[in-house]
Amino acid sequence: MNDAHLPLLRMKGVGKSFANGVVALDGLDLDVRAGEFLSLLGPSGCGKSTALRMIAGLSRQTSGGIAWRNGVMPQVGFVFQEPTLMPWADVAHNVYLPLRLSGVSEREAEPRIRTALEGVGLAQFAQAYPRELSGGMRMRVSIARALVTRPPLLLMDEPFAALDEISRFKLNDDLLALARGLKTTVVFVTHSVFESVYLSSRIAVFSARPGRVVQTIEVDGPAVRDVEFRLSPQFAESCRRASAALDRASGRTAA
Amino acid sequence: MREKEEEPSLRAEPNGARSGKLVDVGLPVIVFALFLLLWETIVEIARIPPYILPAPSVIFSTLVKDWPLLSASLMVTLTITFEALALAVVGGVGLAILLAQSRWVERAFLPFAIILQVTPVIAIAPLLLVWLEPSTAVLLCAFIVAFFPILSNTALGLASTDHNLLDLFELYRASRWKQLIWLRLPAALPYFFSGLRIAGGLALIGAIVAELAAGAAGQGSGLAFRITEAGFRLNIPRMFAALTLISLTGIAIYALFSVLSYVFLGRWHDSARARER
Repeated sequence: MNDAHLPLLRMKGVGKSFANGVVALDGLDLDVRAGEFLSLLGPSGCGKSTALRMIAGLSRQTSGGIAWRNGVMPQVGFVFQEPTLMPWADVAHNVYLPLRLSGVSEREAEPRIRTALEGVGLAQFAQAYPRELSGGMRMRVSIARALVTRPPLLLMDEPFAALDEISRFKLNDDLLALARGLKTTVVFVTHSVFESVYLSSRIAVFSARPGRVVQTIEVDGPAVRDVEFRLSPQFAESCRRASAALDRASGRTAA
Repeated sequence: MREKEEEPSLRAEPNGARSGKLVDVGLPVIVFALFLLLWETIVEIARIPPYILPAPSVIFSTLVKDWPLLSASLMVTLTITFEALALAVVGGVGLAILLAQSRWVERAFLPFAIILQVTPVIAIAPLLLVWLEPSTAVLLCAFIVAFFPILSNTALGLASTDHNLLDLFELYRASRWKQLIWLRLPAALPYFFSGLRIAGGLALIGAIVAELAAGAAGQGSGLAFRITEAGFRLNIPRMFAALTLISLTGIAIYALFSVLSYVFLGRWHDSARARER
């Protein structure tokens, strides 16, 4: 909440209603600060994914505005709920896609693809096809693809929701290490209190119908997080606060 | 989208796999051989004259004896079939891409394609024969029936591209052209191949039907013409020989496109792969 440095982006009074009359978002105010790991936490159907798509420019708000620092939208990486890989292309070519679309030649891209795959621990699977990989590995490819352009902002839409807990914990740790290494700002949509606390430096809690941010919680935890943090009283306390905020947020409509 | 981790292959039975292959290939061959044997025997015992039902051995010897004549006709039919198919691929894929560009275009032109499809080709053939050279009319008939499955399958494939992947392309500001080349066309490939397999068989049927309709008017000498001609002369064994060639051609075309489809989709598409159990 300190305004000393401008946020990377500011959403002010943002609303979104669909043609069928459903109001997904109404009066959403949200700042994303450069370098932070921000989780958007809320019940399903609260519009947090819609907000994320708006940041990416994949959806347009019907009211309010989104302002970027410097006035231009930076390069963003996007990770969907599903791995969303091209089944006809091998892993290396899937990761190559963003570079190919911006006109980088295959030879020029090769070292960057290798670095991205090493980052997610799949260097030796470059020639494999998506169908030959497990769900967790596919998600890793998807993350490598999002990061291959080294975007200053990474947007993730419940990327680990479909994974088993073991893969999810592992991916949580790897994601934190990657984001730290690339100094990427991350906006991460989730409906898991524990996941949001473990990953984030800040959590924006959403209410449903209308979707808006009802509370933001600063998570105080170590810069480098590990199993120790997961078992610490600090972690438990933050989870309690996030849970309480979530209860209040959904209490409005659930009652 | 989730998939179970592969389990260690406790149930792997190398013998079972081999006997499975034997059943796949061997069983139909044995059953078909038995069928031919039964046919031969019945014709022999009941003394059915060859102008009613020739025995398989007679059909085979006719095939050998008339090979110069029949192979020339086969070439004619094959040429028409593949020319029609090539035109159908170019036209069908081209129009599918055009229809995919906008709903307006689709709304405007799809009815024409459907009318062409639902009108039986045999009913159009006489009209085409009035308007066109017999050889062109036959080609056009074969084209008309082969065209629609390619168009509708490719159009469906282009329209069923993963929405998230489309979003991803939009995110990276890909042009429509890049979206078509790197996303929509590869995504449509499995659909296209299933259309092509159907169209291959239909092109052959179209070529035969049109030639039958052309009848004496057509100075063509495809397999259908041989069948009509043999019928007039009561040369039933030759009729059967020509029929056999048509069947074999149909099977060969289907096999060809199945192999082609496997070559292109083998590594990534579920339709081209055996289920692992």
